[in-house]
Amino acid sequence: MKRSFLLIFLISLVGIIYIGRLFQLQIIRGGNQNPIQGSTVKIEYDYPERGYIYDRNGKLLVANQLSYDVMIIPKEVEPLDTLEFCNLLKITKEDLKKRFKKAEKYARWLPSKFLKQLAKEDFAYLQEKLPKYKGFYIQKRIIRNYPIKSAANVVGFIAEVNEQKAKTNDYYEQGELIGKLGVEKQYENALRGIKGKKIFKRNNLNKITGSFKNGEYDTLAVAGQDLTLTIDTELQQYGELLMRGKRGGIVALEPKTGEILALVTAPSYDPNLLVGRKRSPNSVKLFEDNITKPTFDRALKAQYAPGSPFKIINGLIGLEENVIDENFGVKCYRGYRYGNRKSAFMGCHCDIVGRPIRLKTAISKSCNSYFATTYRKIIDKYENSTIGANKWSEHAKSFGLGNYLGYDLPEGQKGRIPNGEYYNKVYPKFRWGATHTISNAIGQGEVETTPIQLANMTAAIANRGYFYTPHIIKEIDHKPISDSTYTTKRNTTINPKHFSVAIDAMHEVFKTGTAKWFQMKDIDMCGKTGTVENFIRVDGVKKQLEDHSIFIAFAPKEDPKIAMAIFVENGGYGSTIAAPITSLMIEKYLTGKTKRKHIEERMINLSLQKEYDKLIQKKDTLETGTK
Amino acid sequence: MRQERNNIFAGIDWLLVLLYIILVGFGWLNIYAASSTDESREVFTFSSQYGKQLIFIGLSVPVIILILFFNSKFYEQFSSVFYILSLVLLAGVLVLGKKINGATSWYNFGGIGLQPSEFSKAFTALALAKLMSDRQYNLKLFKNQIKAFIVIFLPAFFITLQPDMGSVLIYFAFFFVLNREGLTLAYILFGVISIVLFLLTIYFGAKWILIICLSILTLGILYGYYKNKRFIRFNAIKIISLYLFTSVFVFGIGYTYDNILEPHQKDRFDILLGKTTDLKNKGYNTYQSELTISSGGFLGKGFLQGDRTQGKFVPEQETDYIYSTVGEEWGFAGSSLVIILFILLLYRIIYLAETHTNKFGRIYGYGIASIIFFHVIVNIGMVIGLLPTIGIPLPFFSYGGSSLWGFTILLFIFIRLDAHKKYDW
Repeated sequence: MKRSFLLIFLISLVGIIYIGRLFQLQIIRGGNQNPIQGSTVKIEYDYPERGYIYDRNGKLLVANQLSYDVMIIPKEVEPLDTLEFCNLLKITKEDLKKRFKKAEKYARWLPSKFLKQLAKEDFAYLQEKLPKYKGFYIQKRIIRNYPIKSAANVVGFIAEVNEQKAKTNDYYEQGELIGKLGVEKQYENALRGIKGKKIFKRNNLNKITGSFKNGEYDTLAVAGQDLTLTIDTELQQYGELLMRGKRGGIVALEPKTGEILALVTAPSYDPNLLVGRKRSPNSVKLFEDNITKPTFDRALKAQYAPGSPFKIINGLIGLEENVIDENFGVKCYRGYRYGNRKSAFMGCHCDIVGRPIRLKTAISKSCNSYFATTYRKIIDKYENSTIGANKWSEHAKSFGLGNYLGYDLPEGQKGRIPNGEYYNKVYPKFRWGATHTISNAIGQGEVETTPIQLANMTAAIANRGYFYTPHIIKEIDHKPISDSTYTTKRNTTINPKHFSVAIDAMHEVFKTGTAKWFQMKDIDMCGKTGTVENFIRVDGVKKQLEDHSIFIAFAPKEDPKIAMAIFVENGGYGSTIAAPITSLMIEKYLTGKTKRKHIEERMINLSLQKEYDKLIQKKDTLETGTK
Repeated sequence: MRQERNNIFAGIDWLLVLLYIILVGFGWLNIYAASSTDESREVFTFSSQYGKQLIFIGLSVPVIILILFFNSKFYEQFSSVFYILSLVLLAGVLVLGKKINGATSWYNFGGIGLQPSEFSKAFTALALAKLMSDRQYNLKLFKNQIKAFIVIFLPAFFITLQPDMGSVLIYFAFFFVLNREGLTLAYILFGVISIVLFLLTIYFGAKWILIICLSILTLGILYGYYKNKRFIRFNAIKIISLYLFTSVFVFGIGYTYDNILEPHQKDRFDILLGKTTDLKNKGYNTYQSELTISSGGFLGKGFLQGDRTQGKFVPEQETDYIYSTVGEEWGFAGSSLVIILFILLLYRIIYLAETHTNKFGRIYGYGIASIIFFHVIVNIGMVIGLLPTIGIPLPFFSYGGSSLWGFTILLFIFIRLDAHKKYDW
């Protein structure tokens, strides 16, 4: 018996290991298995209609339309008259072969799309003729339709869910549609509804052999919900019209609610381009255009130095920190010297030489010296510049700058408001002070903002110290939103009493300042121009390009109904393009029409294409020069 | 003696017979579940696989009676004849056989297939028992070891030519018999170490395994040197050959794997070792069978209720993958029970073999226990995803006449020998 021990031992050991493995498979793994996953089922989905999207005035922005695909099951296809069939589908013989091979490669016994999205007139004809060809049939699908050819960046688009998402997500299956951008993406769950499910047992040949557990796991479809946006289509379209031939972004908000009235990016595109048979070549064209970037939402994502409009914030911080008051005066001698070196000099174009300048004038005339002085006072108020810069940064951030605003669109940029810690990293051993960061005083340097942040900042000024988080959604399923994110007042750290002087100064900009040509008798507009230098670095050499044009404005002065920020790439002075467009849009929004046809016409026809062409040429020549 | 002649059932071990009936019966229920469909549940349709299996089971009754009819001395005396006959059949199939799935393993008699390799196992066990039961036979002698190897591997050689590597593998089970009868354990140890080295080399690559092996070897030698300063001097030749052998072996594996193994054989190892996770193609069988088994849960989905079985998702489910049906429809309880039944069967055979006073019966019993054990390990191990895909049937369970009759003959010759033992004085 002793010698048989080895075999008996091995038999017992293998028995234990195998039963252990069965325990792992059947008890541990089997226990966690979804009953549907562990079985062989076919799930048939019932897709509800996707919700419609309306603008704030009830105008239909996005609707649905029917589309018809020719489907193929390669296994069932019988020999056919190729010439006749090609003529019927309006394709070539090579194309037919290619499509057939593709379908066969995917799966011989599963249906796949043979010809996508037929034209409506073809459908009726084909419906009659196609039944005679075995293995082909027509499938109805619902796709999007855009009655208004604008606001593509706002509404976004839908497309087939990507493979990764289909695998990792437990709702979407391969080939289903999902919102990819804008509102379609942000409010995907509300718009799509919930698809219904019918589960069938099937065998390995894909043959359905009955209902799975008598429909215990079947569900009904839930219809998609309609959305009402805060967008004013008229204003949106007008903005897009004015931005023709230019690149940049416009954001218009309603200061009292934070509702986004217009969100213009230029250049843009007709959303209908991303629907239908031409979808894929069009999307390649749009998404791979690296020069004009039509799909890059400049209103949300273009991140630039804000320039002069930011001076208002510095003035307000100065008042709040009590380092200046309304009557504090600074004498300007065509610039501000902040060090002994020759280069330590910041020029100024305010043209008021040697007389003390007060805050209101400093804002309306955009005096660099005044804000440099104020900025230094703020930073140097505390025992070290780290604390001073932190304090300054906190105030600026309370205007919604320097971080994601929290609006309900899926794209954005943080912008940047540096603080003490930021500079401690940049300058080793803490050897920095107000003078090293003096550009922040005039909204250049390390400060960066996006147009929607600037618009929100303007709304906060217009409201004298508070804002609501900007949002695009007004109603879901025709019921007003109740999301506290968008209905809670957010206060800035600046006392409301300090805003009067800033608002008066912005009013002055339209009366006597840089935007005086665009004032209107019956609308009290307030604004601030900005001109932002911009550089590109080619071969390590810094090259200056045409300035970006910036303008912020709100109106009317006493009861603000609209607050705007606009930014035009390489648009030159803020007063040449940005200011007139803003003024026109405010007029359009408040009165419903425009009287100043000459300005309007000039703006619509003004194209900066030559400027942009130069940009490419410059890059080209410089790049070829190095080779 | 006279009494025994009158009654062929005298002295037979009814426990073994009972286990046989349970395994074959339960096996048939699962074949029925795996091969019938909702539309055709008719039991006596002989065009279906479960119908045919019913015929095979029915035909094994006369086979059993025939086996029990002969005296146990008959098997001892005619073992060489059976052995030579099976060699002839194995050689003949290479010429006359029908090629199915790339292997020439089948005789075809008017639509009825016969697989000689399923029968040769029993006859090899008989021949080996005959050889080793000789009083003069001593396994310590190298000459005798070689004789035993020839008896074992001659049929294996013919099967290699078919080729049916799964069946060849089974012949290694006879090493347990040799070990039982006095062959040093070194052969089995050597085999196990080779297999482990083989798998490790495939998994980690020859370079690393070689470095690790040689390091272990060197450490061992250093330890020997530490214990006894003259260790190296005394064992110089052994040490050098050990180094050489290890290097050649590991590199040989790497070379074999890269250059000699067929791609589909490589894939099987790769999938088992988790080097590739191609669930749709090469690992499909194993993936499906694991899913099917795990969906059974504790008590299973019930007879004919396994929707993965009914949906025919596991390929070859009536034959090599029959155990996955047990897993799905009878759950953890049923599939563990099958393992326990096999263990009981093996224990019983070994117990009876050890009580044999006759060396021939003991060696034969030990031989068939080893063979059944190997079949069970390899088949269930493959179905539950612990071993690579090697296509051999599960004894008494899998669909197929040759396999069923092969194992029936194997087992009932032993029952016959065992029934006789009390008259063997």
